[in-house]
Amino acid sequence: MTAVHVTPEQVWTALAAVPDPEIPVVSITGMGMVRDVTVEGGRVAVTFTPTFSGCPALHVIRDSIGEAVRALGVEDVEVKSTLTPPWTSDWIQEDARERLRQYGIAPPAPAGDTPLITLDPEPTRCPRCGSLNVRMTASFGPTLCKRLYVCESCREPFEGFKSV
Amino acid sequence: MTGSGQQSAVSYQQEALTPQFQTALIRKLTALADDEIILAHRDGEWTGHAPILEEDIALANIAQDELGHAGLYLELRRELDGSDPDRLAFFRDADGFTNVRLVELPKGDWAFTMLRQYLFDAYEALWLDAARASTYAPLAEVAAKALREEKFHLQHTSLWVERLALGTDESHRRTQNALNELWPFAAQLFQSVQDEEKLVEAGILPDLTGVRARWEALVVPHLTQKCGLTLPDTPADAAAGRDMHTEHLAPLLSEMQSVARAVPNAEVW
Repeated sequence: MTAVHVTPEQVWTALAAVPDPEIPVVSITGMGMVRDVTVEGGRVAVTFTPTFSGCPALHVIRDSIGEAVRALGVEDVEVKSTLTPPWTSDWIQEDARERLRQYGIAPPAPAGDTPLITLDPEPTRCPRCGSLNVRMTASFGPTLCKRLYVCESCREPFEGFKSV
Repeated sequence: MTGSGQQSAVSYQQEALTPQFQTALIRKLTALADDEIILAHRDGEWTGHAPILEEDIALANIAQDELGHAGLYLELRRELDGSDPDRLAFFRDADGFTNVRLVELPKGDWAFTMLRQYLFDAYEALWLDAARASTYAPLAEVAAKALREEKFHLQHTSLWVERLALGTDESHRRTQNALNELWPFAAQLFQSVQDEEKLVEAGILPDLTGVRARWEALVVPHLTQKCGLTLPDTPADAAAGRDMHTEHLAPLLSEMQSVARAVPNAEVW
């Protein structure tokens, strides 16, 4: 077996091109899902963390990571998942937040150390006109990570990322 | 690192569990998973039938989360005994399931579904909150993960209970009926499995008495003061254990398991 030598930076760059299967305008690194990359000789190990435990896209993400690393010529790829620390929407990077907004999804408000019971949803800004005068129309959306809103200023319905 | 709870100085790794601890923990993990699987199936029965599209979607989301949690628990069990989560979910009969009777009752009307989910979500959120401090690190990790999802359920279902209880005479009547029927069943959520107390002593599992006190402090004022409902004067039905089921579980399983059993060797469904 011929071991192709790659650097962790090359692997990170390759992973930055792997789209989130449900929101393809952002990458899995932009979403903060890739936790660790290690390179030992010709062997690459990638650790990622799921956003939601019931997310049906998990196996797609796992396969895409393997494919992206193998596309660099690496044959020995291990993809691991970890739950600790649990993923938070605070890890979504700035440029990914901007891309979410342009795509029409309100980026999540800071989650911090979220209290157990919050009956009031976090403040959300309309991704089109920037108004905070919005109304949540459904606390669950088409995917586990989003909720539905309507903007009272520009009248547009939109999706908002959950603050987790 | 946020929200990981306070970790005890002692921490158990898988290999440090005594055989007795292992057996009891497997029993508990299975019970936790079974509650989630059966409740998720009941929620899923609303898919295509919920009162409005948004709620159809919401309940499907909630069911998906609960199945995700069942998956987490059964992965922990797999680490202990090598069991296959899919085999456990789809190839056990009713007498092998250890879910509480609360979750297997037919889905009823919308008030019944929302109130059951609310009672369960409040229990689950508080149990997970306490389990974040488990001395068994893999369980503490799972609890920290699942709690972040569960809070959305509680937010949603507590609002629905309020909306229905304070809505029209008809919606109030239905919510009160649901409470009368469900309240006695809820007590079983706080019933230990065999040898659970040994795991509580070791800090591996939360003490259910404490969880129950926090649960009552949360749901009783909400149901009575905020929603204007009356708690039924019925005794708690926790006499029989998790091996006793109503006549409703077997038909549920026969539907839930039919595809897996028809094609047991399928790799992709």
